[in-house]
Amino acid sequence: MTTDSKSVPDQFVAPHLRDIPKSGIRDFFDIVASRRDIISLGIGEPDFQTPWHIRERAMSAIERGFTRYTSNLGMPELRQALTTYMKHAFHATYDWKSEILVTVGVSEALDIALRAVLSPGDEVLYHEPCFVAYAPLIRMAHGVPVAVDTFRKDDFRLTVEELEKKVTPRTRILLINFPNNPTGACLTKADTEALADFVIKHNLLLISDEVYSELTYEGGRHTMASIHRIRDRLIFMNGFSKAWAMTGFRLGYVCAPAPLTDAMMKIHQYCMMSAPTVSQHAGIEALTSGDADITEMRDSYHQRRNFLVASLNEMGLDCFMPRGAFYVFPSIQSTGLTAHEFAMRFLNEYSVACVPGTAFGACGAGYLRCAYATGIDQLKEAMTRMQTFLKTL
Amino acid sequence: MDPLLEMLKKNARESDAVLAKELGTTEADVKARIAAYEKEGVIRGFRALINPARIDDTTVHAVIELRIRPEREGGFDRLAARISKCPQVESMFLMSGGFDLLLFVKGKNLQEVAHFVSANLATIDGVLSTATHFMLKTYKDQDILMEGEHHDDRLQVSP
Repeated sequence: MTTDSKSVPDQFVAPHLRDIPKSGIRDFFDIVASRRDIISLGIGEPDFQTPWHIRERAMSAIERGFTRYTSNLGMPELRQALTTYMKHAFHATYDWKSEILVTVGVSEALDIALRAVLSPGDEVLYHEPCFVAYAPLIRMAHGVPVAVDTFRKDDFRLTVEELEKKVTPRTRILLINFPNNPTGACLTKADTEALADFVIKHNLLLISDEVYSELTYEGGRHTMASIHRIRDRLIFMNGFSKAWAMTGFRLGYVCAPAPLTDAMMKIHQYCMMSAPTVSQHAGIEALTSGDADITEMRDSYHQRRNFLVASLNEMGLDCFMPRGAFYVFPSIQSTGLTAHEFAMRFLNEYSVACVPGTAFGACGAGYLRCAYATGIDQLKEAMTRMQTFLKTL
Repeated sequence: MDPLLEMLKKNARESDAVLAKELGTTEADVKARIAAYEKEGVIRGFRALINPARIDDTTVHAVIELRIRPEREGGFDRLAARISKCPQVESMFLMSGGFDLLLFVKGKNLQEVAHFVSANLATIDGVLSTATHFMLKTYKDQDILMEGEHHDDRLQVSP
């Protein structure tokens, strides 16, 4: 027995890690996971199967015995394909030999990027509502996460006005994610230019997580990678999970100037060696023969988004038209319920799971994240049940 | 192709209201467009795609490769038009390669199809040869898998 309130194993957990709350939606996730026969609009991954030719390429890689480590940076053929893709899709030039690193999903890319550049106490600006991993990953890298709010009035785009309120002499990084999870927000061309000016003005590094970039529906795809004046201060990351429905392959990549790629490479080579070889083969197939797959899935998401936004607005829940990703972010403030209450009751009484906006940051209060990476029949049923639920309120 | 047609090809029973929402238009517009497509002959009909294995359907289906002699005026078309009028023929295509016409035919039983081939098809002046293949099992028809529902093994909720 210890007299201390902490148990023996507990006392060994690093203090900075102990202070990181478990994922804010973990409790909600656990409740949902325990339920059967629900319609889930809470799933942040594509409902499509990985296109068959990509799976076939992975099987063929196993058959041919490509089951060993690759180059730490990733297979040359894959990095060459990425150079071509970056040029074609983002009008950005990256040297495959020194400026591209293949990672285990964008998750690893984020982790090694932050660890490569942060010193203890450095502040990182990031916007909320956002993907749940950002603040914890910043803390794990001994940085200080500084949340910048985004608002419905701006369709949840990040504004320089809000950034200026939070920037300090200790700020080192701006971390952004557009198209955005959980709001579906996208940047305009003017936004990207303004953000570029902002990072130059304050001498910041920009980390841009653009994993949803292929899922942009209208208004054009505006990426930070095509703004050449910030090339020296940009770490661009993207992956295969969303564009080609390859979440389980765990494959991402990061593009950055050689000194930054080198620094990330140091961490990657010691903690990861290389991204899964079979996945890298599948990635080559996706990049070289997978354009039609994206088009087909994107068209389907596009129609589902239209259906959800129209249905939600029709039943009186204010919902802006998000231009990207596969999430809609309706306001449920008119119901008088908090997001958490709404989500719990909707789950318990109508067996539909939507994630409360507060899971993605305090400013998500009053909003729900509804993912439309789910078949149209289920979306229709979910909207019918929501209509019924709203009438009881 | 008009996305409306793509959507109808996937599910012709979808309501006009839902189609309108998905397309970002009005129900009246969807109705009008479908009516126009029907009038123009773009849409030739709506029907259910039935898995024969799941009902008590003993209809026999066969694929027939036909070689025919093209004619000076009209090539294959006159003969093809004549054959396609037979009620046993469900689908028919002019093909490149080792034969000319590919027919999908049906019959009550094997004998009926065999009789159709020997008595009706092979005897037509201009038909040079036939090769009949009987269908044993339908795995996939018009993009739709007959067995093996898509199993959603994703986590119920994920960030």
